[in-house]
Amino acid sequence: MTMIVQPQSMHFAEPLLLQSGKSIRAYDLTYETYGTLNADKSNAVLVCHALNASHHVAGVYAHADEKIQEKSAGWWDNMIGPGKPVDTNHFFVIGVNNLGSCFGSTGPMHVNPDTQQVYGADFPVVTVEDWVNAQALLIDKLGISTLAAVMGGSLGGMQALSWTLQYPNRLRHAVVVASAPNLTAENIAFNEVARRAIVTDPDFYEGHFYQHGVIPKRGLRIARMIGHITYLSDDVMNAKFGRQLKQSLGLDSTKNDVNANADAYSYTTQEVEFQIESYLRHQGDKFAEYFDANTYLLITRALDYFDPARKCGGDLTQALAIAKAKFLLVSFTTDWRFSPSRSREIVKALLDNNCDVSYAEIDAPHGHDAFLLDDLRYTSLVSSYFDSILRETTMGTTA
Amino acid sequence: MSDLATMQAIAQLVPPGSRVLDLGCGDGALLAHLQATRNCTGYGIEIDDANVLACVQRGVNVIQLNLDEGLALFDDASFDVVLQIDTLQHLRNAEIMLRETARVGRLGIVAFPNFAHWPNRLSILLGRMPVTRRLPYQWYDTPNIRVGTHADLRELALHNGLKVQDSFGMQEGRTVRFAPNLLAGTSVFLFSR
Repeated sequence: MTMIVQPQSMHFAEPLLLQSGKSIRAYDLTYETYGTLNADKSNAVLVCHALNASHHVAGVYAHADEKIQEKSAGWWDNMIGPGKPVDTNHFFVIGVNNLGSCFGSTGPMHVNPDTQQVYGADFPVVTVEDWVNAQALLIDKLGISTLAAVMGGSLGGMQALSWTLQYPNRLRHAVVVASAPNLTAENIAFNEVARRAIVTDPDFYEGHFYQHGVIPKRGLRIARMIGHITYLSDDVMNAKFGRQLKQSLGLDSTKNDVNANADAYSYTTQEVEFQIESYLRHQGDKFAEYFDANTYLLITRALDYFDPARKCGGDLTQALAIAKAKFLLVSFTTDWRFSPSRSREIVKALLDNNCDVSYAEIDAPHGHDAFLLDDLRYTSLVSSYFDSILRETTMGTTA
Repeated sequence: MSDLATMQAIAQLVPPGSRVLDLGCGDGALLAHLQATRNCTGYGIEIDDANVLACVQRGVNVIQLNLDEGLALFDDASFDVVLQIDTLQHLRNAEIMLRETARVGRLGIVAFPNFAHWPNRLSILLGRMPVTRRLPYQWYDTPNIRVGTHADLRELALHNGLKVQDSFGMQEGRTVRFAPNLLAGTSVFLFSR
């Protein structure tokens, strides 16, 4: 069943004080909701997005003539919707575009009310904690005091975890998928390479490229390419592309493969030779068309800064002592960007605190990307977990 | 050990209100039973995807982990009771896990099939590996990577300096105190460090 959805916007006139000490004077949050909020408002689920996603979690958009827009499915449409693992026939699901992002909520391409100039590089640095604060204010305005669950993968999982620490009484469950309690040095390093690619693009103009009517697309492309490599596993990349040549595609299949490959080498250093190059360039091109360069810098920085154990001298157990939610954590064995061992650190801290937690390590080949893909073990698990939330919720209603 | 009588008998050994870690918890039936009838809390450890799913369906906390990788996630004496019910015979590092059980739990409870139960002895005497209700597998397709006896487990526990609080046999859910090594299909040990 196709679920047609529409984004909405909420204005916030009160300034939001940020972790950095700065504040955003007035702002808008773009969001979508699916399903129906029940009478006692106990069935709301907040879904937090990762780096390049948005409030458009599930469903499709329709044109004015009610025809469905092509390729407009939400980024977690396989997981959320009517009859899906997070079943919108039972749950009221909310997706919010985070501050600083580029899909509608106030971000670097918007006008700073203080200066009447486009923010650009002057958009204040936002953190996971800031996003969670803004999400909580939106939840307030929707009249919801307690969420049945907060759910997210990767950076979205960090937000779900942070919810349990910032608003321990306002959520009953946290579903944290393919996430980590902080980034490792290697992970920050990947982010830094991506940021340098953008910042050193001559079209970046120190973040004020909007006035110059250009976009630092070269930087964005390279940022996306390196990011994309880290979201896949070596195995899946080899299975999908191997050493396949761009030009060998569509060649006469009766030809001996080895010879076909040897023949097809074009002995070039700058043209696309291998299929994987073509794929990465395509991903980079696509990304540079829709993603904002300043947003990329802001969101990767939010990833770098997230570290709830920091104020407890690195002791995650102590940092998580305040959490009251029940947890489901999921990791994927081939995910090397947010590896299972990082999820296990969270699990250990929760166990130390006697929190309710279940943890599954899904043996999927797809690397970090697995959290967005269909795997029956993964989707059944999420489905069963939300069934158990539903049992609690209905018990609560009848009691 | 799926029969209800045995599960209930094992549950009787767990003090009410205990914080329990169930190593190799299967589909979570025992933990669910302990939560429902004895006010216990805790977690199961499972390696198998289908069992992890079954636990989540039951609403039992489960951590997916390969026990052969040890119990590094768990601190010393962090549980009142650590259960190892029909798990020992599947583990490569059975001796280490016995010590780990005693380290993590103030009380360890191990139950496993007693290979010295008389029908098994009879079968061996007749020259064939036993196939019984308790050990229902042919020698060539058994998931058990080792067999041992009630007497063997006592030996291993003592060798590792564990204090055996109690030990007995179990047969059809009943406790066997007299000659358990001969008369019980299941061997049960309660021990501490």
